[in-house]
Amino acid sequence: MGTLFCDRVRAIAGVVFQVVLGIVKDAVRQGSTRLFMRMHVLMLIAVLVLVSVFAFGIGHSRAEAMTCPRHSLPQYHGQCAALATFLPGLVVVALWGALESPFALILALDRLAETPLSPLAAAEGHFLTAEIQALAAGHGSRKDPALMMAAQHYAELRQTGFVLMAVLAVGASLGGWALAWRRLTPACRARNSIEHALKIFMILCATLAVLTTVGIVVSLVFESWRFFNHVSLMDFLFGLEWSPQMAIRADQVGASGAFGAVPLFAGTLLIAGIAMMVAVPVGLFTAIYTAEYAAPRFRALVKPLLEILAGIPTVVYGFFAALTVAPFLRDTGAALGVAISSESALAAGGVMGIMIIPFVSSLADDVMIAVPKALREGSLGLGATRSETIRHVVLPAALPGIVGGILLAASRAIGETMIVVMAAGLSAKLTANPFTAVTTVTVQIVTLLVGDQEFDSPKTLAAFALGLVLFVATLFLNVIALQVVRRYRQQYD
Amino acid sequence: MTYRASNDPPHGTVGAPRVEAARAKLTACNVDVFYGEKHAIKDVSLDIGRNEVTALIGPSGCGKSTFMRCLNRMNDIIDICRVTGTITLDGEDIYDPKIDVVHLRARVGMVFQKPNPFPKSIFENVAYGPRIHGLASGKAGLEEIVLTSLKRAGLLEEVKDRLHAPGTSLSGGQQQRLCIARAIAVSPQVILMDEPCSALDPIATARIEELIDELQHNFTIVIVTHSMQQAARVSQRTAFFHLGELIECGMTEQIFTNPLHRLTQGYLTGRFG
Repeated sequence: MGTLFCDRVRAIAGVVFQVVLGIVKDAVRQGSTRLFMRMHVLMLIAVLVLVSVFAFGIGHSRAEAMTCPRHSLPQYHGQCAALATFLPGLVVVALWGALESPFALILALDRLAETPLSPLAAAEGHFLTAEIQALAAGHGSRKDPALMMAAQHYAELRQTGFVLMAVLAVGASLGGWALAWRRLTPACRARNSIEHALKIFMILCATLAVLTTVGIVVSLVFESWRFFNHVSLMDFLFGLEWSPQMAIRADQVGASGAFGAVPLFAGTLLIAGIAMMVAVPVGLFTAIYTAEYAAPRFRALVKPLLEILAGIPTVVYGFFAALTVAPFLRDTGAALGVAISSESALAAGGVMGIMIIPFVSSLADDVMIAVPKALREGSLGLGATRSETIRHVVLPAALPGIVGGILLAASRAIGETMIVVMAAGLSAKLTANPFTAVTTVTVQIVTLLVGDQEFDSPKTLAAFALGLVLFVATLFLNVIALQVVRRYRQQYD
Repeated sequence: MTYRASNDPPHGTVGAPRVEAARAKLTACNVDVFYGEKHAIKDVSLDIGRNEVTALIGPSGCGKSTFMRCLNRMNDIIDICRVTGTITLDGEDIYDPKIDVVHLRARVGMVFQKPNPFPKSIFENVAYGPRIHGLASGKAGLEEIVLTSLKRAGLLEEVKDRLHAPGTSLSGGQQQRLCIARAIAVSPQVILMDEPCSALDPIATARIEELIDELQHNFTIVIVTHSMQQAARVSQRTAFFHLGELIECGMTEQIFTNPLHRLTQGYLTGRFG
């Protein structure tokens, strides 16, 4: 038994050694441009995976061969060994990935500081780092000898660093394996360890989502703060005029730059409101029909068909609104003697309402189906009609879910951009008239950021402020939704 | 298992499924029920006597609940269910197309196996029926109906201080009495009870049984139960179902002391079921 394992280990060690040697040789032979570095990192991880697979196989068969009763099944021992092998290597690679580039850069800049530098280069500050990196990657444009030397030094540093790291990573892996090997006894609680590892993995996943949100908020707040250095918060939140064009030269006319966001929010509310007026009744009645009246086969057919509505790309809705609905509304309006602009809030809101119908109908249908049959029978048994039962018993019981669906649809309507860009126009007018062109927060964010813009002008930064307010608004909506759901749920359970 | 004694009448039921015509509140004649292909009730004829308690007993799946749900046409809401034969309430055919089923269910109320209070307050639960039928004149009238119903269901003392608390906050036994109060609030003539105590503890069960004793002076009651003792305690007449057939029917005392049919005897002595 023992010799067999020793043979295997020796064979695997041989393979690993060969692979590592290959990587090192390669890294030295090829100039270490960034691309190759990346590839080598991937190869290194592949090697780590390979070693872990071996660790799994051997751990598994060793556990299987145990004669005395063991705590965990062989597969857990195998998984444990594989994790103990893979993770240390991965940690080394991750640390290196995070630290090596800045570290090498600092050293390279030190080298640069030792040499007499051309005054032009010295004036450029942090721009230098980008230049050094570009030169090291082989596509820099400046042929300043000092810079060239720094770049050369940087490339060499990274090359050595990589080789060092590769050796360290494989070493850490093998070390982990050795530890796992020693722990692999019948009494080892591999099953519990795997459970623990899974739990940590899940916590990491959850943390990732939360951290991303935090990151987005922080960047929004930061950029908005820069914007509010230029424009006061009050002017922004309560100003009635929106014209973000700034004068480039002092003598230009009509380019004062007014950042009153009220017209944008009014436009957003108007369009979202129209959309909700379409989506809520249609969606709700559809849901009542499919959940309470329709035959099961009909429901099984109609529900997926409706859900397709949510899957149509919004840009398709956009040209449907702009090219079909808006002209139709304009012509109808003309026939009735109402002036409807060919870019109108009504067209955009109406089409958006169609798009979000499934958010309301599908969720409402699900929660109504979930209302216990006993409640329905109780009401019918008292001599209530079907619609009385729905109104007085089913809908109240399903209310949390229905409200949730409606608020989800509302968030979607407020955040929607494409349909509005195409069908509602760009003019920031403060109006409640659905027949005229309006614009929304999202559309303005797009127009502010499209094209080449300088990132320190209020015009560009305004986009972040708008984004922040939009984010706060939808967050607020979600909080209300959660509150409603919670309050009613308490009452029903 | 459909063994039949030699003295069976042609329609398959022994004992006395009929009462005098004047005392019959509900009369079922040759009722068959099909769930799709399944023949759930086979040619059942049975009278329900006025102002008395009739217990329907039998093993699980024997069709006693199905039969009871025919009496207020609750089976209508099941798409694949088909009912043939005639059932009359005070001589009026309840399956007549001219009959308004909603009105029928107001006259023949129902209490279910699992307490199913609506997600509303205690008051609103009881007020629900009178409201939809327009039984009360004004707010005071509604309140009176609610309080009387709660009182008759023996629940008023326990809940009078919290009429506006949710119905679901009550205990299981209280919830079931709330459901009974809800049923009697619409002044039905018949109350159908589908295993009303199967989810309750013995103390709550005893309360419900007392209540049934009181209610039978004003209502005709049909109760489905799995507890033979309960049937013996609360009912005047008992009907024994087996595999969709009505095997035996008669006065409760006679059924429990001197069953005519072997199947009845077997079931009561615990030999099957």
